[in-house]
Amino acid sequence: MNPKTLKYIVKRLILAVFTVWVVITVTFFIMHAVPGGPFVGEKAVSEAAQKAMEAKYGLDKPLFAQYTTYLKDVVLHLDFGPSLKQRGRDVIDIITDGLKTSAKLGLIAAFLALIIGVVLGAIAALRRNTFFDRVIMVLTTALISMPSFIMGTLLLVAFAIKMHMLPANGSTAAGLILPVITLMLYPMSYITRLTRSSMLDVLGQDYVRTAKAKGVSRLRIIFGHALKNALIPVITYFGPMLAYIVTGSLVVEQIFAVPGIGRAFVNSITNRDYTLIMGTTIILATFIVIMNLVSDILYKVVDPRITLE
Amino acid sequence: MDINNLKRLSAQVNVDDFLPASDEEKEYMVKMRPSTTFFKDGVRRLRKNKVAMVSFFIIIIITLAAIFIPMIWPYDYSTMLGISPGKPVDASFNNLRPFTYGATEQARIAAGESVFPHIFGTDANGRDYFIRVIYGTRISLAVGFFASLIVLVIGLTVGAISGYFGGIVDIIIMRIVDVIYSLPDMLMVILLATVLRQILGPALEGTVLEKIGSNIISLFVVFALLYWVSMSRLVRGQILSLREQEYVLAAQASGASGRWVITKHLIPNCISVIVISTALQIPSAIFTESYLSFLGLGVNAPMPSLGSLASDALNGISSYAYRLVIPAIIISLIVLSLNLFGDGLRDAFDPKLND
Repeated sequence: MNPKTLKYIVKRLILAVFTVWVVITVTFFIMHAVPGGPFVGEKAVSEAAQKAMEAKYGLDKPLFAQYTTYLKDVVLHLDFGPSLKQRGRDVIDIITDGLKTSAKLGLIAAFLALIIGVVLGAIAALRRNTFFDRVIMVLTTALISMPSFIMGTLLLVAFAIKMHMLPANGSTAAGLILPVITLMLYPMSYITRLTRSSMLDVLGQDYVRTAKAKGVSRLRIIFGHALKNALIPVITYFGPMLAYIVTGSLVVEQIFAVPGIGRAFVNSITNRDYTLIMGTTIILATFIVIMNLVSDILYKVVDPRITLE
Repeated sequence: MDINNLKRLSAQVNVDDFLPASDEEKEYMVKMRPSTTFFKDGVRRLRKNKVAMVSFFIIIIITLAAIFIPMIWPYDYSTMLGISPGKPVDASFNNLRPFTYGATEQARIAAGESVFPHIFGTDANGRDYFIRVIYGTRISLAVGFFASLIVLVIGLTVGAISGYFGGIVDIIIMRIVDVIYSLPDMLMVILLATVLRQILGPALEGTVLEKIGSNIISLFVVFALLYWVSMSRLVRGQILSLREQEYVLAAQASGASGRWVITKHLIPNCISVIVISTALQIPSAIFTESYLSFLGLGVNAPMPSLGSLASDALNGISSYAYRLVIPAIIISLIVLSLNLFGDGLRDAFDPKLND
């Protein structure tokens, strides 16, 4: 690895760490800017009881002391404190509980989007301007314009309520089919378009013509030369795709009642469960930042032609 | 020495040069057609683009409908038709199917009066659904438009300053941009929207802004805080390349101030790129608003937006699926046409950006 690439990686790492720190700090101070603090609005709490609760959660200390304690707990122990609304449960436990389901949902969706998107995009590029290509382009344009919550509810109405083909509740294995499809369609469409345009670009390159002139078989050109190079831009979409799936899963889990981290997050917003909101935001944000970092670095390492800033 | 050179050297004026032009010579100067400007050329290209023009008309029709229909419609978005002062609530108005009527209305029809139909029926609270959809469209469009305007103003200012002054100012601004850019935007938007509406609610009381609602205002604040970064990057990149041009050097040499160079030379030259990316910002703002409304972080009730209508429809989804399908179609139609029109604008006005 040349020193320039190394320098780039170090620079990106520093930025990523700094970003995560900003997320934690912003989250902390935003949550403490709520007028009256987290316990306002709960009925039948005497002043003494409120004082006791504030002391229990350390809310009576000066703000900066609270901040340093919180930062230390989060970074060193992944400890986000107890949930304010679900008595006796720690935020990190609620998150790890939901994470199992959410990770399954997200990874299946990402995997399918990648495979189907690349295949459709490559076929569309190879059959350029045919009926198949046109249909793919129109469909993907339409899918990109449809918000995930709309797509999710429409699928719910069509397949679960009207046709009774699939379960509406996402807590079972079969129930994950509709949420996966909902989450998958947008990134799949995006990858299809990305693969198609970069494939068209590669197919016009000199080395493909040379390969053809040498008499290399069509399959070998497609897989050995064209597709390999056409997939490089798809790597850059890897980070944004996972970010999309994370935010998309917030509403999708809500629609299909999937017991995942997204549903916990949305519920914590409605319940004003501040520690849970903080914990989930930090975990999800860190995940997205790391994924963006990985996909950017991978992109530069895979293709040595790309110039580094 | 030949005769022509002699003539040139002599101090005498060549009389032949001052003869009236012949008809043949005049013909060279005739304008065959009016000269085209960059703008006219772009419009011509745009009008040839059928997809973009169809999208443009769809946007215009939806916008006009959203502005004018509430003015003439006999129903109001917040009036619960079953509730009249001094009488018990008339539940027959709740959850009406399209083109059906409540009890008192049926009595009036039986008496020979004509009652304006509820085209999409009513919602669970007995409010005319058609006017709520139209009103929601109005809100969504307005939010998209103003949010993009905010992004434009902030991004343009910061990007122009950063690109023009360079040096330490540029470095600081660009580091801030880098950090905001790498923040996961949706999570931050949710976080800010959750808290801001509670902080802003009391702060806005009694001001003009209270009417708009703390939720929409916090949405605008969120856009102002987070979404200007890509616009400012774009503007900065444009300005960095433009400021190396000779005409900027010439202006500076003749004593032009920094402000003059930015407003008279740099901004007009990158205007098309900016307009296009603002146009493409509108659908993404509408997208964000509907997403937040769906999570319950959007407009304040009883004001509807397309996202909150879709969200409300989830409660009665098994019997009233059309209440979800209608706003869903309108959101998708708006976002799709705005995207296609934005792409058309880009193709027409910025051939360089074409990929």
